[in-house]
Amino acid sequence: MGQILDYIKSYLSSSQTPGAAGNMFWVLVYILLVFAGLSVAVIAMNWLERKILAHMQVRLGPMRVGPHGLMQPIADAIKLLLKEDIMPAEADGLIFWVAPFVVVLAAFTTFVVVPFGPTHAITDMNIGILFMLGVSSLSVLGIVMAGWASNSHYPLIGALRSSAQMVSYEVAMGLAVVSAILMTSLNAEGTGTLSMIGIVQAQLAQGEWFIFKFFPLGLIAFFIFAVAMVAETNRAPFDLAEAESELTAGFHTEYSGFRWSLFFLAEYSAMIAVSSIAVTLWLGGWLRPFPNFLNNSTWDLVFSLFPGVTFLLFAAMCFYNALRMPKHPLFRVQTIGLAGFGVVLGLIGLVLFIPAVSVRIQDIFWFSAKVAGFMYLYIWYRGTFPRYRFDQLMRMGWKVLLPMGLGVLILTASVALLQQKLWHQ
Amino acid sequence: MAPVATPFFFYLLSGIMLIGGILVITRKNPVHSALALIVTLLAQASIYLMLYAPFVAGVQIILYAGGIMVLFLFVIMLVSIDRSMRERQFNSQWIPGIIAATALGGLFMAVFTKGNDIFPEHALPMVENDNTQQIAMKLYGQYMFAFEIASLLLLVAIIGAVVMAKKRI
Amino acid sequence: MTDQHSSLSNLDLETPEKPFLDANELVINMGPQHPATHGVLRVILRLDGEKVLGLECVIGYLHRGVEKIGEHRTYTMFNPYVDRMDYVAAVSNGLGYCETVEKLLNVEAPPRAQHVRVILTELNRIASHQLWLGTHALDIGAITPLFYTFRDREEILKIYEKYCGARLTTHAFRIGGLQYETYTGFEKEVKNFLDFFRPKIDEYEELLTTNRIWVERTKNVGTISAQDCIALGVTGPVLRASGVKWDLRKAQPYANYKNFDFEIPIGQNGDTYDRYLVRMAEMRQSVRIIEQAVGALPEGPIMAKVPKVMKPAAGEVYHSIEAPKGELGYFIVSDGSTQPYRVRVRPPSFVNLQALDVMCRGQLVADVIAVIGTLDIVLGEVDR
Repeated sequence: MGQILDYIKSYLSSSQTPGAAGNMFWVLVYILLVFAGLSVAVIAMNWLERKILAHMQVRLGPMRVGPHGLMQPIADAIKLLLKEDIMPAEADGLIFWVAPFVVVLAAFTTFVVVPFGPTHAITDMNIGILFMLGVSSLSVLGIVMAGWASNSHYPLIGALRSSAQMVSYEVAMGLAVVSAILMTSLNAEGTGTLSMIGIVQAQLAQGEWFIFKFFPLGLIAFFIFAVAMVAETNRAPFDLAEAESELTAGFHTEYSGFRWSLFFLAEYSAMIAVSSIAVTLWLGGWLRPFPNFLNNSTWDLVFSLFPGVTFLLFAAMCFYNALRMPKHPLFRVQTIGLAGFGVVLGLIGLVLFIPAVSVRIQDIFWFSAKVAGFMYLYIWYRGTFPRYRFDQLMRMGWKVLLPMGLGVLILTASVALLQQKLWHQ
Repeated sequence: MAPVATPFFFYLLSGIMLIGGILVITRKNPVHSALALIVTLLAQASIYLMLYAPFVAGVQIILYAGGIMVLFLFVIMLVSIDRSMRERQFNSQWIPGIIAATALGGLFMAVFTKGNDIFPEHALPMVENDNTQQIAMKLYGQYMFAFEIASLLLLVAIIGAVVMAKKRI
Repeated sequence: MTDQHSSLSNLDLETPEKPFLDANELVINMGPQHPATHGVLRVILRLDGEKVLGLECVIGYLHRGVEKIGEHRTYTMFNPYVDRMDYVAAVSNGLGYCETVEKLLNVEAPPRAQHVRVILTELNRIASHQLWLGTHALDIGAITPLFYTFRDREEILKIYEKYCGARLTTHAFRIGGLQYETYTGFEKEVKNFLDFFRPKIDEYEELLTTNRIWVERTKNVGTISAQDCIALGVTGPVLRASGVKWDLRKAQPYANYKNFDFEIPIGQNGDTYDRYLVRMAEMRQSVRIIEQAVGALPEGPIMAKVPKVMKPAAGEVYHSIEAPKGELGYFIVSDGSTQPYRVRVRPPSFVNLQALDVMCRGQLVADVIAVIGTLDIVLGEVDR
């Protein structure tokens, strides 16, 4: 027993990720934490997307289940789980069953290397970014399998579209990533890194986020990635694979109930995963704004207040809306519920003010905040843009983004080389 | 930290690879074959990982499993399944097949029994952490010429494909 | 222009196109339960990959026999039925029918009635175009305009509701004029609506007209030449977007459209983008017409003298109006009894739908959706 406790305690003093330290207990804890957090994030994203989109479209969105529809995702989840799992008679049974799991597995596995903080990752691989790109590219297999196994025309066309689209955009995406990785090699030794944590630390060491590096080269690379990642995740305006008005629902037309919800889960976790890549590569990962420039204890204190203040703001919003609730006996439960939710958020906010907690939670907060910004962009795109046509999408991938990516890569390499030369003189 | 590369994993992955390989040639449905091939390739990537070659493993997943096999599936999905199900699976060329298999098996056996002179007894002391750099150094230093030849070959293939497809427009 | 009208088009819809190499031709059934076929249209697509080789429309899923019903109802009783054809432009349907019967009876609605009719039909044109815009944008993937247009269409429906109690299938007109006098504040409310609506058109245009993706999705998509339009009998905004200045409000003025000053917007290329621009411009023109009509609403009776039991002299009459979707014609044969011997409708949606094959050949699947949207068909009218 004591041995086990020692084993558990031994990690606490190390300054590595649990995977790198090889501590199985903490690896398990982290895996559970990350996937629980991910599921909560997907649920929250589901609600937020409907609400934000609704407000963009002069309507209210879900309002009935819980105060302001807060319980709607849970109601939806229950509905999906209870629904009949239908399989078309002519479908290829095995592949039809396996496909959603492949997609979910691919989307979830990428989170193994996502760095929420210098030690807050399940593990740190020296091929971290390569691993993420590789595993997320496997999800297309699941989509193709789903489309083909349904043995139906619309899913097949959806699968064809998404496979062509994902394979094409992966190229531009890869080039943008390479140019960011190239920037990590601008140190004294001249060697870069593929590790996700290493990339962020390189940004800290170089004193700027890679989006601002070699302006505007970093920005262009980021832009290419930002476009390609929307295409990668099959979201508007590149949601051709599931274009509702053209292919009914694309590759998951024949799916229902639990299996459909797996596709849904995978789509949203893939969105979070690619946003995490973008945040890690260009937006300084877990770093707070101005980690070098405003680097004294006062500023440290100011920035450490942010997580708590954010939660208090959420809590205040809850209380404000609870006050605005109609004063009618029928709304009493909802009002109390909303106020209760506000109390919970407020308590979390207060806990986050404890210095010991806020120091540990800061990295995660900044990382999540940046990812949340991307999530908002996804929703915004969906509310604003019409859908691209397939040939236009391909033309943009191959004739615009790919040459741009190549150009940025070559320019970045040249500038980096020049800088290296200057250093050594 | 205990090494992950235990014989158990080696045999497990080899088993998966072998089963996958057999499925590739015995399945009548080409899509099933392609999926079995993907399983084989993924197991192969894991074996690369066991050999402390993470970069090669990553590239294997991205290029083969994520890229090439998707294009394979892309083409196969459009093939009429009914027709391919009716086609004969093997072409009954037993004699050349046996000769080729024996020759290859003999080669493997020879390498296995007499290979100690050719290959170093222990694994090269390749540190996992700068594996990627090592590959880059070799690829862009020692084997630069071969690398360029390979890229030229690919360029020719691309141009050829474009020319063939262009006729249509 | 003139040679366009005179020369016959060289349409050839019989020769099938072949897929590239010996690739499998994919036959896809789009509809009747497809989200983007605007109801129960069924389109059988022959595809080479994503390229459309040809298509065939299957209609009749919403057939209710409106024309046959007309033979068993008196002229007055049949009036509400026509609202159910193009249910998003019910007022226009009613206007066409009432005017046709008036022509048969040789009566003319009094000026005040005609003014109110123009106001209501032009409001209806705006409502119909709004619905078209919302659904068309939704088909192309922009989901937000739909809610904006529905929000503003609501104001028009409120005016209808106040005027005659119904919002969609209004039955607003009667043979010989109107049944209801305008309610108090009608003119003011219509004027308020115009002031409210004018900036809204700019709002729609801001979202779409210069949107890169929108332009790429609609420019050179579903192009149809003026000759083909005329050969197929296509009318309405589709014809005008191909560059033919043909609007029955100007060409064969009915109601009292000749008293109003407005322009006929036309396009040049006959593609989806031009049709979009033409309809947007038409909304602005409708605002102009309503403004004039409301400003000069004459006093007087709203009903002409028509017999209680209508027995038009034996004979036949064809009368057509410019409905929001094109030429809406009624052909009524009377045998001197209280019921028409035959009622035949020339529905713009049905005729315009015939252009779908021409417009979609060689385009991609996504364009079929865009073209169905841009044709602005209502299946209630196609099937009747």
